[in-house]
Amino acid sequence: MEEIAYIVHPAVVTLAGALLGALYFAFLRWQTQVGSQRVSLIVGAIAGAIGATMLTAPLGYCMFQGDQTSEDVMVGWIMVGLGLLLTLNIGSVVLWRYFRGQRLLPRGDTTPGAFRGRFGLVYALAVLSPTILVLVYFVYLPMFDTLRFSTFLARFGAPRTRFICVSNFSRMLGDLDYHSNLFLSFALSFGIIIIAMSLALLIASMLNQPIRGANVYRTLLIWPYAISPIVAGSIFGLLLGTESGIVNRVLDLTLGVKVPWLVTVPAAQISVVLASVWNVIGFNILFYTAGLQTIPKDLLESASIDGASAWQQFARITFPLLSPFTFFLIVTNTIYAFFDTFGLIFVLTRGGPTESTFTAMYRVYVTGILASDIGKSTAQSLILFLIVVGITIFQFRVGQRRVQYGNY
Amino acid sequence: MTESASSRFVFDPSAGKERPLWRRLIPQRWYAHLILIVSVVIITFPMFYALLISTQSNPEVYNHKFTPGSMFFENLHTVMVQRNMGRFMLNSFVIAMSIAVGKTVMSVLAGLGLVYFRYPGKWLVFGFVLITLIMPGDVLLIALYRRVVSFDAWPHPYVALTLPLLASATGVFIFRQHFMTMPPDLSEAAQLDGASPLQFLFRVLIPLSWNTIGALMVIMFLFGWNQFLWPLILLRDQNLQVVQWGMQSLTQNLEVGDNFGPMMMGVIITSLPPMIVFLILQRQFMKGFALTRDK
Repeated sequence: MEEIAYIVHPAVVTLAGALLGALYFAFLRWQTQVGSQRVSLIVGAIAGAIGATMLTAPLGYCMFQGDQTSEDVMVGWIMVGLGLLLTLNIGSVVLWRYFRGQRLLPRGDTTPGAFRGRFGLVYALAVLSPTILVLVYFVYLPMFDTLRFSTFLARFGAPRTRFICVSNFSRMLGDLDYHSNLFLSFALSFGIIIIAMSLALLIASMLNQPIRGANVYRTLLIWPYAISPIVAGSIFGLLLGTESGIVNRVLDLTLGVKVPWLVTVPAAQISVVLASVWNVIGFNILFYTAGLQTIPKDLLESASIDGASAWQQFARITFPLLSPFTFFLIVTNTIYAFFDTFGLIFVLTRGGPTESTFTAMYRVYVTGILASDIGKSTAQSLILFLIVVGITIFQFRVGQRRVQYGNY
Repeated sequence: MTESASSRFVFDPSAGKERPLWRRLIPQRWYAHLILIVSVVIITFPMFYALLISTQSNPEVYNHKFTPGSMFFENLHTVMVQRNMGRFMLNSFVIAMSIAVGKTVMSVLAGLGLVYFRYPGKWLVFGFVLITLIMPGDVLLIALYRRVVSFDAWPHPYVALTLPLLASATGVFIFRQHFMTMPPDLSEAAQLDGASPLQFLFRVLIPLSWNTIGALMVIMFLFGWNQFLWPLILLRDQNLQVVQWGMQSLTQNLEVGDNFGPMMMGVIITSLPPMIVFLILQRQFMKGFALTRDK
């Protein structure tokens, strides 16, 4: 059998991971001074070795073999890093629980009032099976397919596929068009979060005042939640039309200018942000109103007796206590910006002018459905998946720390 | 009232400093009303404008007339009959109702299985369901499409369309939490009376869960009605397409600019069903998530 030439040998990858894991856990041990030094090092090394290999080994370390480009090797290192991030985080949580004598696994069954009898498991399986079957067949298997096809050269309509290692990913590193699609997705979520959430917070604080007609105001303000992105895009297509649009009519009468909103470069992106903000603000108002009602009135009263100004009450009490809602909305607004804006852009600018309003999701549609490139589009889908995982972890890690601060 | 009446007869050093007239005329917290009214105007304006345009002909649109036009019935006819929106609305209604009912039924059953039975590894089952929250359908779009079209024995395209959307981690989570807040005495008593788990579900749990069920149904109906990308790529037969697809087809020749009236009529009729559902079930929705002011 022929010896495979490696640029980086698998043993080096594994050892590097183990070393990094051991170092990180030694650092954690030194920082917290909890638990045994030796156990920390061993668990860290094991977690590091698993992390370094868990994404690269299933592909047979192909990205580190002699015939690969330097971009492939770089993607290999990124995969090592992602694996490490995952296993070292899980490992540290598990070890922390172990050192503090907490249970490693959630308790099996604490429900009082469960049905007694020998057929509990059968019954439970019967009522759970519809959900589990649909999830396995239409979520887990497609997820597995997405992982698999991202390493393939595959097209719709073509029966043959070929394994091409991480080429679909390494080509992304130099694909400036794709970079700008990703950038637009992030910029869009940033714009939506900043504008739609701050306006929603302002409006919700006004709704929370003891004023007459608050329920009427609330109904009139949250209904855009029920409007689809397609409809939002259509309406803004009318409002922002160069000749037909009412916005340009007003600008023309007051300032004497007409902005070609949907067909020039920065204006088209701004139009997408405006339409998205309008579409999503009702949802934000709804949840901020709910959040403001959870804040105890006596806390604010005692603060005002102590002489805190309205702004101080907001900045020191209301806003920190609202942080669980803020984090929830950051996550949902980011998901909206990344995925749900597809329909809005589809009617508002059709991705134009010259692909300048393509989001990352729009790119997946164009590559996968219009150009039938399964391999490339599933690789792009996986980038989106990583972003979803990233914001979910962000919500859990940062969110929970702030929640604990707020939960008195 | 009594205070100001009595203060006339008592020497009061601040008598000259009582609230000036403009303060008494303007309602308290006028700034809140102001901000809210401005917000309501800005947020509802696009929809009102769409409603206005939906009655107009194209010359009227370009002249920016702010009175209802003459073309209401013509536009309605164009959209509903010529552009087939009536059919698309019916299609979407069938799809959205199937998704809403299917998701709710499956979530209620899964919630029952996760709360009212004892078996090892329950947390694993729950985790298996919950972790799918990080795998949104759009991420799986290409692989799911390939998997669905490679199977050619679907009884109807709508089965292929809706079945993959029926499982809901959110729904399962909501019903699990809801059932866990129910007093355990309920199921104890049901067991003493010899009720089976399904009898308990239908006689006790569901009657106590209408708010949650209503709330989930609203969310899921909106989810189904607003489906666009998945039907766009999956459905080949244009007669089977959904209302969102019909809506985007009305905007096709936007550049030519000859159809704003029908386009906005499309906006109105596409938005009416979700808004009606939302407004009628708003109480359910609010109560389900404990959002009302006086709870």
